[in-house]
Amino acid sequence: MAERRGTGRRGPVPAVRARWRGLLLTAALLAVCAAPFQLVPFRVFQLTMVLVYTVALIGLNLLVGHGGQISLGHGAFFAVGAYGTAIMMFHGGWPYPVTLPAAAAVAFAIGLALGVPATRLHGLYLALVTLAIAIFLVPLLKRFESVTGGSMGLTLAKPRPPAWSGLAEDQWLYFLTLAAALLALAVNHSLLRSRVGRALHAVRDNETAAEVMGVRLAFHKRMAFAWSAMFAGAAGCLYTWVIGFVSPDSFTVNLSITLLAGLVIGGLGATWGPLLGGLFVMFVPSLSQDVNKAAPGVIFGLLIIVVMYVAPTGLAGLVRRAAHSFGRTLRKG
Amino acid sequence: MRVTAIGGAAAAALLATTAACGGRGGDDGSTTATGACKGQQTTGITDKTIKLGGIYPLSGPASAYGDIPKGIKAYFDYVNGEKGGVAGRKVEFTVRDDGYQPPKAVEEARRLVEQERVFALFQTLGTPSTTATWDYANQRKVPQIFVATGASKWGSDTRHPWTIGWQPNYVSEGRVYAQYLKTERPAARVAVLYQNDDFGKDLLNGFRKAVEGTRVSIVKEQSYEVSDPSVEPQMRNLATSRADVFLNITTPKFGSQALAADAKLTGWNPLHIVNNVAASITTLRPVGFRNVQGVVSANYYKDPNDPQWDDDAEMKLYKAKMKQYAPGADPAVPYHAFGWAAATSFHKTMEAARCPTREGLRDAMRGLNNVQVPMLLPGVTLQTGPDDGFPIESMQMMRFKGERWELFGEVIDTRKAFGPVTG
Repeated sequence: MAERRGTGRRGPVPAVRARWRGLLLTAALLAVCAAPFQLVPFRVFQLTMVLVYTVALIGLNLLVGHGGQISLGHGAFFAVGAYGTAIMMFHGGWPYPVTLPAAAAVAFAIGLALGVPATRLHGLYLALVTLAIAIFLVPLLKRFESVTGGSMGLTLAKPRPPAWSGLAEDQWLYFLTLAAALLALAVNHSLLRSRVGRALHAVRDNETAAEVMGVRLAFHKRMAFAWSAMFAGAAGCLYTWVIGFVSPDSFTVNLSITLLAGLVIGGLGATWGPLLGGLFVMFVPSLSQDVNKAAPGVIFGLLIIVVMYVAPTGLAGLVRRAAHSFGRTLRKG
Repeated sequence: MRVTAIGGAAAAALLATTAACGGRGGDDGSTTATGACKGQQTTGITDKTIKLGGIYPLSGPASAYGDIPKGIKAYFDYVNGEKGGVAGRKVEFTVRDDGYQPPKAVEEARRLVEQERVFALFQTLGTPSTTATWDYANQRKVPQIFVATGASKWGSDTRHPWTIGWQPNYVSEGRVYAQYLKTERPAARVAVLYQNDDFGKDLLNGFRKAVEGTRVSIVKEQSYEVSDPSVEPQMRNLATSRADVFLNITTPKFGSQALAADAKLTGWNPLHIVNNVAASITTLRPVGFRNVQGVVSANYYKDPNDPQWDDDAEMKLYKAKMKQYAPGADPAVPYHAFGWAAATSFHKTMEAARCPTREGLRDAMRGLNNVQVPMLLPGVTLQTGPDDGFPIESMQMMRFKGERWELFGEVIDTRKAFGPVTG
């Protein structure tokens, strides 16, 4: 980043360059706010789900992209948030706004507890342990039928838009999710700018060096796990609001793997990686269905391989390169 | 940061103005009828065409069910090409894949209703996917007709008039076995193996209630999880009960295991009843046909593998048209016949509708009176009413002999024997 800014300062157009980025951001924000008024509810629903996945991927990015640890079990934390919310609303009769911080807190605590192996295990071994969490969750959810509704799951009423807003249900859900996603972005941003973020990067890049510099390895690894679980739990809560139905079969190992694949494709450690990953996870399976009805899974897999060949640093890397050359063109012109 | 603030302010201003204008502008593309059916919804239907959408797991663990829409498509292609369509309208049937994932099913249901503008959702498959979508379908007042799941709530629920099942619900199936035992083995002592989910419990509870007050008794129950590797331990436990009837409430994989285990336990030889879900030839073949002789089950539609239908007019038509319109699909797969029968049922229902509108279809599907569907067993008909949301509630018992199922006895109408199924 610093390097590129340096080259920019030399040219006569740094102001233009800074401005087009800002303009782009403003335009994007405007588009994001205007979208639900222009699109059919079905599209709004799709965008809402993109935001839900984005929140989960922000958490995963913190752990995998910034912390250098691997988790194949993030679907489980997502499920904890979703089920936690469903149980609070169904059995406790809690109003829905309260469930978001509560679900996030529960997921944080569970992440902290399950983060113990993260302090001792590396790479593949950690991946296996987290995979086990994802696998054992589904049968667990089916067990306590009086609480979780067993394999039938729980059906809930979706949050209703307040009368003053004049919004339709899908629009209201969209803005709730958008607000939560922006909040998650802000929390993530401040986390990464603090000592936590610097410590995480140090641990990722070289554990020994980090320890020599006085970073408490075990503590930071565990906290990364907990923070990341918290984001996944919040995303799970949003999921329950949007879908209004939870069942164990919605949170299989597949979800965890899809999340990780989405993040890698979006761009590990990149700021926009989670959003791009969310878009990929949401839209590409249905696109591949349009290509070939008989084997959507095969097309989806092939597309993943293609993306990894074309953009080894993920879609975010591709966008960055495109933006870079665009900036250069601006400078030249 | 300053830019973000400006953007935020601009967005807020925009939001305020649009919100003040009262939400979404423009027309949502829905149409209504005029004349006798004035005011009723005609989205997705014209004088020439009718658009339907179905949601099935074409991918993922339940993708075996992805064969059902092939039978449906073949039927509609045949009707469009040779019979002038359904009630004079050509059917456009769009199939979407949800991978057996409820959130995906919601997305696809919205896509079909809002983007494809289908007239009705013709079949969603599986209890989770249907549960996730039926609130939406009923809010939008879109018929969700003949869902492919046997849970009893589609018929017993009163808050979702736009959703209706088709196949016999699991409670009715439990009743069929109870009725059979009451006449054939009035003092039966029954051991039960069941899948620990809504499907297994619905069937078991239907059976349990139906044998209440009779001399038929359940002496031992064992459950298993879909994630269990094997049901052999459960089978050994059940064998200790010395029950003389074994009720096998399983999905295909576990059905095979239980049948194999029963064959291996030579000291225990109960009458083996296997439920319809696990009774297909493909489940029995790996066990070995000599090991499953005398096993009984129940069915409601014609099995394309059964030679007794070789000369049946409908079966001949089905096989010929499958070959013509779905050349890659094997007509012997019962799921294709299932789809064919469901599509025929839709055809008859749509023809019976007084108005060619969504409301008309809703009323027609809740007012089926003794409708004959040639692909169903003789004597099994579609029957619904204002307080009866279960189209098929009759089944016939069958026994495995040689290399195929043989139907025996009369068609058992559970409605007559037990009254309506309630939630």
